[in-house]
Amino acid sequence: MHLTITHTTRYSYETPVHYALQKIRLIPRDTPQQRINDWKVQITGGNREVIYHDQHGNVTELMQIDPGATEVSITASGRVETRDTAGILGKVYGSIPLWLYLQESKLTKPGDGIREIAATLEAAQDKLTGLHDMSARIAEAVKYGSGQTYAETTAEEALKGGKGVCQDHAQIFISAARAAGIPARYVSGYLMMPDRVEQSATHAWAEAHLDTLGWVGFDVSNAQSPDEHYVNVATGRDYLDAAPISGLRQGSGDESMIVSLQVQQ
Amino acid sequence: MVGENKFFDEMSGHNGTVRDAYAAYHDWFAEQDAERLTKKSQDAETFFRRTGITFNVYGQSEAQERLIPFDLVPRILAQREWTKLAKGIEQRVAAINAFLHDIYNRQEILRAGRVPKHLIAGNEAFLPQMLGFSPPGQVYTHIVGTDIVRTGEGDFFVLEDNARTPSGVSYMLENRETMLQMFPELFAKIKVQPVSDYPKNLRRSLAACAPSSAGSKPTIAVLTPGIYNSAYFEHSFLADQMGAELVEGHDLRVVDGHIAMRTTQGYKRIDVIYRRIDDDFLDPLTFNPESMLGVPGIMDVYRAGNITIANAPGAGIADDKAIYSYMPDIVEFYTGEKAILKNVETWRCGEPGALQYVLDNLKDLVVKEVHGSGGYGMLVGPAASKKELATFAEKLKAKPGNYIAQPTLSLSTVPIFTESELAPRHVDLRPFVLVSPQGINIVPGGLTRVALAKGSLVVNSSQGGGTKDTWVLED
Repeated sequence: MHLTITHTTRYSYETPVHYALQKIRLIPRDTPQQRINDWKVQITGGNREVIYHDQHGNVTELMQIDPGATEVSITASGRVETRDTAGILGKVYGSIPLWLYLQESKLTKPGDGIREIAATLEAAQDKLTGLHDMSARIAEAVKYGSGQTYAETTAEEALKGGKGVCQDHAQIFISAARAAGIPARYVSGYLMMPDRVEQSATHAWAEAHLDTLGWVGFDVSNAQSPDEHYVNVATGRDYLDAAPISGLRQGSGDESMIVSLQVQQ
Repeated sequence: MVGENKFFDEMSGHNGTVRDAYAAYHDWFAEQDAERLTKKSQDAETFFRRTGITFNVYGQSEAQERLIPFDLVPRILAQREWTKLAKGIEQRVAAINAFLHDIYNRQEILRAGRVPKHLIAGNEAFLPQMLGFSPPGQVYTHIVGTDIVRTGEGDFFVLEDNARTPSGVSYMLENRETMLQMFPELFAKIKVQPVSDYPKNLRRSLAACAPSSAGSKPTIAVLTPGIYNSAYFEHSFLADQMGAELVEGHDLRVVDGHIAMRTTQGYKRIDVIYRRIDDDFLDPLTFNPESMLGVPGIMDVYRAGNITIANAPGAGIADDKAIYSYMPDIVEFYTGEKAILKNVETWRCGEPGALQYVLDNLKDLVVKEVHGSGGYGMLVGPAASKKELATFAEKLKAKPGNYIAQPTLSLSTVPIFTESELAPRHVDLRPFVLVSPQGINIVPGGLTRVALAKGSLVVNSSQGGGTKDTWVLED
């Protein structure tokens, strides 16, 4: 499937920026599931300082917002050719050893709730089936909805709250898989909902590693494995490693953010 | 001194006969007037107060500045003793750098099963952010302070490998300076290898590790947490001595893809940063977001290859006390040779059999926290009360993996000057090692720390230790 994507994030600042940096992970790479045809990240109101591969292999840019700016916009756009591999990315490895994806991270530290889910997975005879069952169980336990959780909500907190977004679903899944001894990671990216051009937000899902298949994707929020409607942009241990944009700003004053995302065939 | 010494005394051995290395000094000392030396000792203190060498002690309610006591009797090593030690240190430090590069890249040593994975995986000193990256010149530990103890004529052991930000080198330099001022005639009589080149060598070594984008004269800066840090004096001293800038986090920012410091003429690019702040505080954008001490974005600039950070973030995984016990294997794995320097026998309390042994023999052992430093949170069995032992045993049982135990070593002694006579006190040694692509450079001698209380084995300055000038003789 050929997808055309335009993803714009616009920040507005109440008072002119004195000094601020943004770390940007918005450049997808070729995988067995996707081929990037042309892709660019355009910044207005800011300046690219460096570009490099982080430890997960994500192409990462550091951007400085122009001093005195009250607005900055970051647009990632391009075309991606995707294919349906039934959610299987396979045995594709970077510089991170698998065992690292078994370690707890800040947002995926399990509590009692997640351990209980993990125990069921641990007991499952067939791990692939067990992971699918677990995905359904998490979607059941945590209804999709915004407003209840925020960027730094931990997996356990989101599970307790009973309501969350794709980030929370993915992190609960990851946390429980790891607690059951299955390496798992966070994926941030795009999903084309076929019935619309304007997508509401960027998406996130999870990947688990099985010795037999390699990496397999699970989109808890949509109760399916990623197919040709998905574009993988960045991976990490949790949201903090893979966040599309994370920043730091000196000075006071409120900021607001508007995201517009178009994904179409 | 006459009679049997229970501990090996570096001046008079076990039997009271003055050892060769101390012969000339001993003769000189015998001719000195005790009152004059007492006066000199007081002069030395005044000198230190004037130069401002002080340190803060953590955990004391009034964190005032204190003077580290200086003892005027030097610790002396013969050239041949030093040559052998230096060879062992060089081998060990080379292995540590190879280990770090391996751990953050291919992890061959884990695959080979020579170091257990869980020691790395669950370790806070291990930084995933360093994976798949090679720092400029492939150097991780630009400056190492290898702590060495001695128990006999030829028996040297490595106690700790300080691969993060070893401190104390300013004391080494000032101790020598003080001795030269107090006893110029002594240095005319006895040929001692100089240490005053250290700042110049540090500068050269750091410059040789600059990123390839740096020019022929890289700009070096020392990053300090600020005046409230216990080693602030050393930070400013070293910056001054090597002609580098002394900066704090708020002086720095990202400019044109590099780290730059604010100057009166605008921002000036820095190529090498000798940071004296911990990994966690280095970059709020990558590590602890609460940190006010670090430089936002420095890790991004680092991974892009535009700055050298000394020592490399994540280097602490090599001096972790749990890893320490594997150091002989690590040396062999990367150098293909047996380790020249011995490790102190170490029980890893996380291992079931070891825990039982340690609990059974607690009163004879030294127990340390795996991540601790500065002598905090450690138990010296023979010096502990029954109650202290019992309390510590509970701590051990609760978190065994957090501790290692070692036998109480019969540390060598060197005499100190006390009201007109010489009295033996236990010592250790911290040589300072510089690493660059051009090689490994070790300053002759290092910092000798001495436990000033009679019978005490704790040499840490924060626990009442003092220092001595350390001499390596010229042949």
